[in-house]
Amino acid sequence: MNNSSSYQEASARERLLQLVDAGSFEELIGPAQRVVSPHLGQLNAPVAFDDGVAIGRARLDGMPIFVAAQEGGFMGGAVGEVHGAKLTGLLRRALDERPQAVVLLIESGGVRLHEANAGLIAVAEVMRAVLDARAAGIPVIALVGGANGAFGGMGIVARCTNAVIMSEEARLSMSGPEVIETANGVEEFDSRDRALVWRTTGGKHRYLMGDCQAIVPDAIGAFRAAAIEAIARQSAPELTLQALEQEQAMLTDRIARYGALPDPADIWTEMGMPDAANIAMLDIAPFKAAAAGRRAGGQ
Amino acid sequence: MDWQTLATDLFPQGHAITEQDQFLSGSAQVDGATVAVIGTTGHAPIGIEIALAQAQAVLATVREHPGRPIVMLVDTQGQRLRHRDEMLGINSYMAHLGKCVDLARRRGHKIVALVYDQALSGGFITSGLMADTCHALPAATIRVMGLPAMARITKVPEEVLTELARSNPVFAPGPENYLRMGGIESIWDGSLAEQLAQALRAPAGADVRAELGRQRGGRKLAQPIIQAILGGHDVQAA
Repeated sequence: MNNSSSYQEASARERLLQLVDAGSFEELIGPAQRVVSPHLGQLNAPVAFDDGVAIGRARLDGMPIFVAAQEGGFMGGAVGEVHGAKLTGLLRRALDERPQAVVLLIESGGVRLHEANAGLIAVAEVMRAVLDARAAGIPVIALVGGANGAFGGMGIVARCTNAVIMSEEARLSMSGPEVIETANGVEEFDSRDRALVWRTTGGKHRYLMGDCQAIVPDAIGAFRAAAIEAIARQSAPELTLQALEQEQAMLTDRIARYGALPDPADIWTEMGMPDAANIAMLDIAPFKAAAAGRRAGGQ
Repeated sequence: MDWQTLATDLFPQGHAITEQDQFLSGSAQVDGATVAVIGTTGHAPIGIEIALAQAQAVLATVREHPGRPIVMLVDTQGQRLRHRDEMLGINSYMAHLGKCVDLARRRGHKIVALVYDQALSGGFITSGLMADTCHALPAATIRVMGLPAMARITKVPEEVLTELARSNPVFAPGPENYLRMGGIESIWDGSLAEQLAQALRAPAGADVRAELGRQRGGRKLAQPIIQAILGGHDVQAA
């Protein structure tokens, strides 16, 4: 399949249907069941019949997988009670059914503030469920390429998976720039400086830092190919003491090497990336070639 | 609450906990056995360094003291809100901490967390909420964010949220709401030492927070949805 449609511009369901093998998606707790948020009504906020996430079984290159796709168009993909329970339920069912992988199409601002406390616990449950799936030997792969990025608790969940695949337009981080600007001023983080936001949270920076394992052009077919490849690479999906000690060393080394630098572009220069000021202009292939041997390894 | 007072109440048999830059670590005696103690104090903002320090302490316990129980003491204002933390990938540091706690659990370390002052959002999700069981003191504050900020972001008037917070555990801070939703196992009143010892004796099991939320009436839909997915049937309303 060679699908060049933009991943970013597609809806969650369009992405999901074009990512997996044609006709293979079988939805669980679909919108026809109308399981909606029990909390949004009292705030006069709109509800969605799928609460902003589609989950189910599918095939990917013939492999049986479980898949979930968060819809950024509904409350920024944020996790409420129902949304979170659908993700947790899917990951727990994976323990019984043992698909070859669970693929999460993450697009989310994190906890849904309209369901504050329930959303926070729900994200914690998703985290535990991701790690339970990995411990049972089932790889979990995160795809990040939607306009709302992966932030807050879902930025953490993404990094609990075996591999994160991003497009260069994608953003992965913790607190949104607006939140930081509100808390500590525009001098701390100017949320309207698009280039700075991209340098700080975008796919190329994350790839260079080792926070994502693959970077692809913004095309659904490219995400599909990268997901297939990532699944094939996960021979031992569970976490080990050795792997976490390596991650500890990588994260410690990161602070030692880059902790005093003010801007991501300084980090790229320090890493030895040629022409660091023009990284944004590079196509994916020459960017990956330049990054090879320079980027930090991630597990 | 200052951590020294807390530690005296929690560990009458003695402790060797030290504080460095709002990070707490050391060991203590409970029921005649040694436990590892890891935590934060002074409403610590959780930046990349303190997340990494906690992770290091967990890994050191796993490596050097297999099976030793871990007590996590939680007091945090949430993740640190700085450009530098985002640039260096704070979500990866938070995830790393969560993964280390999870590894310890799988290797047989009993993990009990106590929110003894504040718990907020990102600082809480990868510490207290990753424990086998998380408990709280009655005066603890647990929340995602304050109601004024929540009102600004959700565009729901603060008066409406304040009113809802009276009757709905979803919006109000406070341990009793997290208790009703299953996020907190219990609220400790009375002898802290006895309740800690009891929590450490309880067998570790699967994540039952959604089921607790259903039983206690604070989260009525989460568990029925999970059950429906596991059983391959429609959602049975609670």
